[in-house]
Amino acid sequence: MSPFPAHLLSMDDLGTEEIVEVLEVADSFVEVGRRANPKVPTLRGRTVATLFFEDSTRTRMSFETAAKRMSADVLSFAPGSSSVKKGESLRDTIETIEAIGIDGVIIRHASSGVPARAAGWLDHCSVINAGDGWHQHPTQALLDLYTVRQAFGGGDSGLARFEGMQVVIVGDIRHSRVARSQITAYTALGAEVTLVAPTTLLPPSLEGWPVTSVTQHLDDVLPKADVVSLLRVQSERGSGEFVPTLREYTADYGLTARRATMLQPGAFILHPGPIVRGVEIASEVAELPAALITDQVSNGVAVRMAVLFLLLGQGTLGGAHRG
Amino acid sequence: MGHTVGDRGESVTGAGPTLVIRGGTVVDQSGERRADVLIAEGRVAAVESRIARPRGAVVLEADGCVVAPGLVDLHTHLREPGREESETIETGTRAASLGGFTAVVAMPNTEPALDSAEAVRNVQELAVGASAHVAVAGAITVGRAGERLAPMSELAALGVRLFTDDGAGVQSAGLMRRALDYATGLGVTLAQHCEDRTLAGDGAMHEGAWSSRLGIPGMPAAAEEVMVARDIALVRALGARMHFLHLSTTGSVDLVRRAKSEGLAVTAEAAPHHFSLTDGRTADYDPVFKVNPPLRPQADVDALKAGLADGTIDAIATDHAPHAPELKDLPFDQAPPGMLGLQTALSLAISELDLPVARILALLSWQPASICGLDPVHGGDQGGAIVPGAAGNICVIDPTATWTVEASMLASRSRNSPYDGRKLTGRVRHTVFRGEPVVIDAEAQR
Ligand SMILES: [Zn+2]
Repeated sequence: MSPFPAHLLSMDDLGTEEIVEVLEVADSFVEVGRRANPKVPTLRGRTVATLFFEDSTRTRMSFETAAKRMSADVLSFAPGSSSVKKGESLRDTIETIEAIGIDGVIIRHASSGVPARAAGWLDHCSVINAGDGWHQHPTQALLDLYTVRQAFGGGDSGLARFEGMQVVIVGDIRHSRVARSQITAYTALGAEVTLVAPTTLLPPSLEGWPVTSVTQHLDDVLPKADVVSLLRVQSERGSGEFVPTLREYTADYGLTARRATMLQPGAFILHPGPIVRGVEIASEVAELPAALITDQVSNGVAVRMAVLFLLLGQGTLGGAHRG
Repeated sequence: MGHTVGDRGESVTGAGPTLVIRGGTVVDQSGERRADVLIAEGRVAAVESRIARPRGAVVLEADGCVVAPGLVDLHTHLREPGREESETIETGTRAASLGGFTAVVAMPNTEPALDSAEAVRNVQELAVGASAHVAVAGAITVGRAGERLAPMSELAALGVRLFTDDGAGVQSAGLMRRALDYATGLGVTLAQHCEDRTLAGDGAMHEGAWSSRLGIPGMPAAAEEVMVARDIALVRALGARMHFLHLSTTGSVDLVRRAKSEGLAVTAEAAPHHFSLTDGRTADYDPVFKVNPPLRPQADVDALKAGLADGTIDAIATDHAPHAPELKDLPFDQAPPGMLGLQTALSLAISELDLPVARILALLSWQPASICGLDPVHGGDQGGAIVPGAAGNICVIDPTATWTVEASMLASRSRNSPYDGRKLTGRVRHTVFRGEPVVIDAEAQR
């Protein structure tokens, strides 16, 4: 097994082996989560900081819960309460993080590339990308994989189902860090990915992207899908610059009740949340058993524990959670 | 040294030291010949195969070197006034002299913009005693806001020969047409930074495979090309003349090539970074590779090289754009665009272009001098042939010397060179500005 990378900046940092390793380590942490006292000493004595330049309570809480369950000391650093607003440069902020002896920093930023830049400035601290601009959100893609594997029976048999799996990603792919991570993640496990979006919401170039097809006709691809992954469409995209109206978007790209009936039995629906009901997904569709939206959220903690363990925990209690 | 400001803003030097540039090959627009050059009282006094050193003369050794007219940069951001923490006229012209330039055209996107006689005169006065001639470019519109014409005639009277809103293009075709019309008869040239704002949007790099993958907003090649095409249509309709700044795309080069074949009075420049770096360099999100127009794919790099080789592009211009280090530590999309260029331009041309030295010098000296009216034909003292009586603006280049760029060692006040650590061929050995040796053996003397 190749060593786990020093940072998790992009899904490109992980090969298939490392992805499988994350999923398997996450299994043991899902188990921990079911205990009365869901806490393990794995990261005792280590310090993890969340550095969220862009607000996301959901993702930050998921990471912080993961770190606390592993007994790490957790510092929560939000630009509003720090010197960032007083004109301290990004680099100064990052270098301060290292100077105070933090082992891992979880960064969310509205600008693509900030975690990568931070990693370049740090010598002894691992960086986890918790979402950067339109670029990457690797832990979201990992928890999606975990959730799909679980829905298909979990373990090795669940993993084997990815081979040839038809994954349809629908929505604002252009501006989506989630989609960029998902495409790499699903294809690394053998799935075939189809993108569905108006061309205004596709990246200007898909050169080098491992996608099987791209279409503007959702109805054509739904009947063959094993997994439909919807992306949030921000309301400003429907203001006429990218899409004339959200009504028109929903008519062509929304997972409506009518469209949900086109899915084959056993197909699943994912959404990274928070969902905009009635735009990319109908309320009643989000409530279907096929919709795994709440599983995604609950699996998020275990998957992030696995990532923290593999980045920070190895060498201290390495192997404790290997099967 | 007795500098005064002349009536066209140039500084005029009185008696200078006597210099002998010995052992080199003189290359200028009249050709190539083995000759020593004697400079006295600020002017070329003799060009002969062997010149004995007069008593008290300084000898500049030029064995194996090319002795050429000083280089002329059509596109320099000196940042003074307003951004002196990034560059000053003193540090910028020192960098220029080390790069072989004896004249730079100072872009008007300072703070305030160079859109008034007062602002232009201020820079001309600040430039007295600088290490190279500073030719001020004026803004086309007031505040470079693209709304009202700047007082071009008043500025022309101060010696301004090039007008541009560089940093941005004049977005309104209607106003650009008025500007071209108004410039008729003033003896000036308008220069455009071609970028349609509605297409470029908040793009921070070239729109393509890399921007898509990196998740960085891109600006398409078409954002540049639609304005090149638009302005060529205006030049054709009005019989005007026009200079295109920093062409960066295949389509732009093609448009200019066709315009020239029609006989339209257009000229164009290309920046060294556009013929030596591609958009893939942004993969690590280092804003030192952020520039506007952005770095493009290899096909565009090749098109620029072809345009430089076949004469479509008339000049290599640096677009030297210093930015203080903390600005280049910002996230990629927030960092200001621009890179240093004065000290690396000539070496990059020698290293990257498969052109004879005389062609490279044409692109860096006499052709740009002619475009901005600094050549002897227009009454200036730059880029002219090295003959007795000519101005003492000369650079001595060792075309085979190699050196490694160290951003921290550059003379600029900023450090944003994208070539840090890169080994280049060709180096400026000496620079003589108005008869003064401002660079000797690659060391600044001022
Ligand atoms: Zn420009």
